[in-house]
Amino acid sequence: MPYIEPHAHMVSRTTADYEAMAIAGCEVICEPAFWAGFDRSSPQGFHDYYRQLTEYEPARAAKFGIKHYCWLCINPKEAEDAGFAREVMAIIPEFIDAPTVLGIGEIGLNKNTVSELAIFEEHVEIAKKYDLPILIHTPHLEDKLKGTKLILDALKNANVDPARVIIDHVEEHTAGLVLDAGFWAGMTLYPESKCTPARAIDMLENFGMENIWMNSACDWGISDPLAVPKCIQEMKKRQITRELVEKVVYDNPAQFLSQSKNFSIDG
Amino acid sequence: MPSKEDILDLYFMDARCKLIDIAAFLDRVDRHDGNTDFRFDGFHKALEAMQNPGDKPRAQAVLEALSDHSEEPIPKATIQGAFGAPQLNTEN
Repeated sequence: MPYIEPHAHMVSRTTADYEAMAIAGCEVICEPAFWAGFDRSSPQGFHDYYRQLTEYEPARAAKFGIKHYCWLCINPKEAEDAGFAREVMAIIPEFIDAPTVLGIGEIGLNKNTVSELAIFEEHVEIAKKYDLPILIHTPHLEDKLKGTKLILDALKNANVDPARVIIDHVEEHTAGLVLDAGFWAGMTLYPESKCTPARAIDMLENFGMENIWMNSACDWGISDPLAVPKCIQEMKKRQITRELVEKVVYDNPAQFLSQSKNFSIDG
Repeated sequence: MPSKEDILDLYFMDARCKLIDIAAFLDRVDRHDGNTDFRFDGFHKALEAMQNPGDKPRAQAVLEALSDHSEEPIPKATIQGAFGAPQLNTEN
């Protein structure tokens, strides 16, 4: 079945993963800027990373008939040093007009610190300045509930249009907070630290199929680039109609991403 | 929508396996020397939340039991990762 992978860190994956995803039906991959598993030591390191996201990965994906898009930011794990983060953020406008850039992301919080929150708010202002959609990372494990609440408060204060913001990595204790506030929600199928296919389908049953997508967030950690097609199989076992499966794994991400002027399924 | 029996057919064996793994994990901790920490306390709190979730779905109650419920940003990060359970000094 054709699907969109709306959140994958392909810089950390092999070319064989692109091939496997293409065979499984993946037509589009969207790659938020994130942590590479270690802290980069200079803004120049991010300059190289943004070139990889905007030049190299689209070409690598195209060899398998997959369209590759990206989001730009400095991630919250590297935002503790606000001065360093601001030096990196100053690079972003140089890349913002690249033809595959969707918006600002994945910004957000990691340990819910004062500095992370300040840099998050400054990223939101960049998105507003350039009229771009936003993709948000919520913290891991014990920090997720608090971080999600802080993020929702900051977005309310920034007066952003919630329809143009997706808050990712929701789980059962945060999905309702996000959706009830009018934002889009992303469910991440990631071993141990996020949710399983069975739980993602439970959330669809409990919270509905509107304004929600699912992704693998596959990266350098123990993760699965085929998590979305595996969840499609699970949805079939749960007797979800083909029409609804297509809505969650294709139509919904296409609807949200189409708010970016650069996003196109065709051509 | 699948029936309760369908759900049992799909997930009972998997849930049974995970339940026994949890029991064996608790036995394993008991059997070994040394002290537990806030993670083990959080785990027991989450087990209690699963058994007595109140008006919340069990998964939500467990996740909330394993969450930091403080409300203000912390001054500075001391680690980049997370433990899976809140430390007592960060709880309200």
